[in-house]
Amino acid sequence: MSAPPVTAPTPPAGARPRAALRHRLAERGVDRTLLLVLPAALAVIALFCYPFLYGLQLSFQPTRGGALGAYRQFFSEPFSRKSIWATFSLAVPASLINVGVSVPISYRMRREFRGKRLLLALLVVPITLGTVLTAEGILEFYGPAGWFNRTLHLLGLTASPMHLTMNYTGVLLSLVISGFPFAYLLTHSYLSGIHPSLEKAAATLGAGWWQRFRHVTFPLLLPGLMTTFSLSFVMAFAVFPSAMMVGDPNGSTHVISIEAYQAALERFDYAQGSADAMIMTALMLVVLVAVTALRSRLYRGSTGGKG
Amino acid sequence: MSASVRTAGPGADRPRGLSLRPGTWLTWAVLTFFFVNLLGVIGTVLVDSLGRRWFASWLPSGWTGHWYSDAWKEFGLGRVLGTTVEVTFLVVLLSLVLAVPASYALARRDFPRKKLLTTLFVLPILVPPIAYGIPMATVLYKFHLAGSITGVVLANLVPSIPFVIFTMTPFIEQVDPKIEAAARMCGAPTRTVLTRVLAPLLLPGILAAGILVLVRTFGMFELTFLTAGPTSQTLVVTLFSAVNSAGIRSTQSIDAMAVLYTGTMAVLLLIALRFVNPTQLVARSSE
Repeated sequence: MSAPPVTAPTPPAGARPRAALRHRLAERGVDRTLLLVLPAALAVIALFCYPFLYGLQLSFQPTRGGALGAYRQFFSEPFSRKSIWATFSLAVPASLINVGVSVPISYRMRREFRGKRLLLALLVVPITLGTVLTAEGILEFYGPAGWFNRTLHLLGLTASPMHLTMNYTGVLLSLVISGFPFAYLLTHSYLSGIHPSLEKAAATLGAGWWQRFRHVTFPLLLPGLMTTFSLSFVMAFAVFPSAMMVGDPNGSTHVISIEAYQAALERFDYAQGSADAMIMTALMLVVLVAVTALRSRLYRGSTGGKG
Repeated sequence: MSASVRTAGPGADRPRGLSLRPGTWLTWAVLTFFFVNLLGVIGTVLVDSLGRRWFASWLPSGWTGHWYSDAWKEFGLGRVLGTTVEVTFLVVLLSLVLAVPASYALARRDFPRKKLLTTLFVLPILVPPIAYGIPMATVLYKFHLAGSITGVVLANLVPSIPFVIFTMTPFIEQVDPKIEAAARMCGAPTRTVLTRVLAPLLLPGILAAGILVLVRTFGMFELTFLTAGPTSQTLVVTLFSAVNSAGIRSTQSIDAMAVLYTGTMAVLLLIALRFVNPTQLVARSSE
């Protein structure tokens, strides 16, 4: 609401103009309640922004090679340059699988049925596992002498054990196991925010289930799916412990976080480590901005739900 | 939910649940495959942690519980758990104290540059923990805070504060501002409005946010790993270090420790699920 222009006589000097200023500010939403934001904002600035900017300026002060030396070092060495490719080739498929598979499953789970709560609870289980149990489990279950390969052998599907651990597949498996529940929970809640009456209206007009999904539900769900994709991507992009434990950290799964970690805390080259971290952040933000830009072109109206 | 409109109860819905369309079967097959694999992953670790000796066979040659007591002694788990609890509770307490007032202001007021402030709070969630953890560890070393519990707590506050803000905001938006207005009209000052009117109404939300932060901090690996010293390691970090020095440690006692970790985490999450419905965190369904 904007205030009507008041042609008041000029207020006498002293307390009045200050009070008027306070009122004008309050009309724009600035009052003492806003002070409540301060502690949290200051904490985030001190603990996140300051270290980040400190790291940024540190990354421009490597021991040799001038201001951009650390960045040049990263991009000139094929081993570290390839870590970008390793990261993306893990994070993109992992988040696509997680989001893609959760759509049909949550579409089936919209109806009430017996055991739905149990199924939901079971899907939350992987969140509790932690990276180490997942990694150990993957190593032992999918390993050459593990139950998975034994079963395949018993069924006569493979002659020799499949190599599923200590390589790209192992890390992808761990990303799916830990990431799918998150993607599923998000997709499920976006989907249940779409009011069923919309689909019913389409059904009344004679649309089959595929037409209803293709032209009604999916367009409404797409913005939510892109958010889910972004969050899954953030999780998969930062893969660190599992890439070390079930992957091949010096080869195909030498992801950028391992590169940054090794530079900073194994070689104690903080400038290089900070530079790697900055490159990692920049790549991450580029992807997020791209997804957000794509998302803003989509339908943004009501989905019929309250949320 | 959709079914509540279409059918009267769970019984009436059952015939539809057994429809034989191939798409349905494929979906359930994928889900079953996922669960079988998940069960296998958890099962092998559990069996290994209880097994006597297990090489190339379906099951170990015998059963024993001594890996658990071994792990407890070998890794000093009593002290590690103490540190974990201390760090987790400090993070929960501090992030609630800092973030709940902020989320109140953000939910209630619309002010210039609000978008900028929101971006400030979103960034720590979007930037990967390793990426800001490395500069942060450097800064903490500069101030001689790295390696101490203080350093670990400070590092873990970074993602926790935004997390509390974004979990709390919908809870606050649900409280009708008229209630506050009424209290003010009866002469209650801001402090009384906050403590006597809002706090009781927001208690479920605060509990939910607190428990979720508890679960997150308990499982947070990267930040703790980068900032912890030998005396301030939490359980996750101890586990990871044990795996990485696997030559000396027996796999079984690592597995036993992993089972202990997962058990604790599962209990915490079960408690959390009593307060929050995980599927309604981002959008409320139209019931």
